Amino acid sequence: MLNDVNTAKVNELRNRYPTAQALVLPVLWIVQEQEGYISEDSMKYVAALLGLPFGHILGVVTFYTMLHSKPTGKHHIEICTNVSCMLRGSGKILEHLEKKLALKPGEVSADMRWSLEEAECLGSCGTAPMIAIGDEYYENLTIAKIDALIDTIAKSTDD
Amino acid sequence: MIVQPSDIEKTTAWKNVVLPPITDLHKIDIYRANGGYEGLKKALAMKPEEVIDEVKKSGLRGRGGACFPTGLKWSFMPRTSSKPKYLCVNGDESEPGTFKDRQIFEYNPHLLIEGTLIACYAMGMTAAYIYIRGEYNKWIRILQQALDDAYAAGYAGANIAGSGFSANIYIHRGAGAYICGEESALMNSIEGQRGYPRIKPPFPAQAGLWGCPTTINNVETIANVSVIIKNGSKWYSEIGTSKHPGPMLVGVSGNVNNPGVFEMPTGEPLLDIIYKWAGGIPGNKAVKAVIPGGSSTMILRGERLEGVRMDADSLKAAGSSVGTAGMIVMDEDADLIRVLTRIAKFYYHESCGQCTPCREGTVWMFKIMKRFEQNLAVAEDVDLLMDIAGNIEGNTICALGDAAAWPVQSMIRLFRDEFEKRTRKVTASAIPLV
Ligand SMILES: Cc1cc2nc3c(=O)[nH]c(=O)nc-3n(C[C@H](O)[C@H](O)[C@H](O)COP(=O)(O)O)c2cc1C
Ligand code: SF4
Ligand code: FES
Repeated sequence: MLNDVNTAKVNELRNRYPTAQALVLPVLWIVQEQEGYISEDSMKYVAALLGLPFGHILGVVTFYTMLHSKPTGKHHIEICTNVSCMLRGSGKILEHLEKKLALKPGEVSADMRWSLEEAECLGSCGTAPMIAIGDEYYENLTIAKIDALIDTIAKSTDD
Repeated sequence: MIVQPSDIEKTTAWKNVVLPPITDLHKIDIYRANGGYEGLKKALAMKPEEVIDEVKKSGLRGRGGACFPTGLKWSFMPRTSSKPKYLCVNGDESEPGTFKDRQIFEYNPHLLIEGTLIACYAMGMTAAYIYIRGEYNKWIRILQQALDDAYAAGYAGANIAGSGFSANIYIHRGAGAYICGEESALMNSIEGQRGYPRIKPPFPAQAGLWGCPTTINNVETIANVSVIIKNGSKWYSEIGTSKHPGPMLVGVSGNVNNPGVFEMPTGEPLLDIIYKWAGGIPGNKAVKAVIPGGSSTMILRGERLEGVRMDADSLKAAGSSVGTAGMIVMDEDADLIRVLTRIAKFYYHESCGQCTPCREGTVWMFKIMKRFEQNLAVAEDVDLLMDIAGNIEGNTICALGDAAAWPVQSMIRLFRDEFEKRTRKVTASAIPLV
């Protein structure tokens, strides 16, 4: 299932840890990056690859919030609503995003382009309010900045 | 994001050492041109136990939350061991209100790498794992680049700087779980398991990662090791307060004009941090409350901040703790019930579920807080909250239980009136729990 480049990456990773089990998280990350999410088949593949029971892999995937067993939107938006962000207006940003994308936290749009999730503190408390889209952080947000950002992303991925 | 001392008027004449204002310091050439890796070379010329002694004498205390003396922790490691020994550097940084380790990854990654290598040498370790929260992928890439450069320059890997000492550093990416910042959960996470905290004893120095002797230190703690070895323990021990010395990265967020991470000597007055470093409160409003060190630390009343300082003793005397030095400031208009409800939701979401008091207690506290938030609570609910928090505290495998209880207890103790304002005048039995 893993492509050649990623298989090579996994083999390289084996030198870093004394046990195959320690590769669970790094390999699941590689799978998620390649496939977008971690399907049941992928979990079975990882179990076989590392010589572990399927149940162990399932247990790990369900434990960590960043590992997705279902596809997310192409642009997965996480909005921090924890205290520092709340004090600086994350509530209004969330409300606006919900309207703009017609999504509630936890939902994926029908065309699979957007998904929205409420997040715990993402380490941007000093630049609140903020959102993360994929690996990218967007900080010190205002409604105008959110609008511009979403519109730019929407345009750049329109065919 | 980092505000340099020259930008603001403040009480202490302070020149940053952990986050100095040097452009492109993340590049190895710039780092070296500014004395980088000199500390490592100095350490490699010392005996390992002399390095531990220097760290002891410096007075450095952990920056991960518990302020534990670092040199003492290091001395718990067995000198000799038939098994390998490991260092885990804790960069999980998920405590709400905390955003300091990220600044080290971004602006001074080599300081962390250098400190990691010094720690490995001092404790006789040949491998270190730097555990970084999954969301920090951008910062993982910055650190990985710095690490690749350090390897290429011969500072990491085999025969470091020609000394005969070898050590590898690996970055391990987390995947979104606050509990993995707890040291034993972190080790389970590296081992490829769910991030469940372990029952102690055994302590990590006896049986940690893969059952081997292990030390876990916070990113900022390890970064401090580099500056201690470079400048000497005497120099370091004279910075800030004598019992909790050194430079400290203080993050200020919430209702302030100029939020950010500030490097300052320990012992700065909280009021100076708010008004001089962080620029005061928007609209000159009053401070209603401050959470001094991340959401797990006890809340303080705004009008009782006079004389309280950012160090272990002073904050303890004030009824709180330093934690991660992530200060959350709330102005007079802040709705503390909403704040506490959000905090309760966090601990409910992050409890790993192993211990009944924590698993059940955090759900109950969150549900009751929601009743207060919606003005549906009754007078008895305040005592019920205290009761639940009291039953969690001290009765769990790890400190997340206490961390969930303390904000509730301290908020009720100091702001009981806020709860009373939000109660209905009916009896408890009349209302079902939402
Ligand atoms: C629930 C929980 C979460 C924690 N999260 C972190 C964290 O993100 N980073 C950290 O350095 N320490 C965290 N700690 C503290 C660690 O268990 C450990 O004490 C610390 O990493 C030791 O480093 P130090 O001695 O250098 O402070 C956490 C503790 C608990 C109970
Ligand atoms: S106190 Fe809570 S988080 Fe810690 S081990 Fe117990 S259930 Fe898990
Ligand atoms: S509270 Fe939102 S990033 Fe920390």
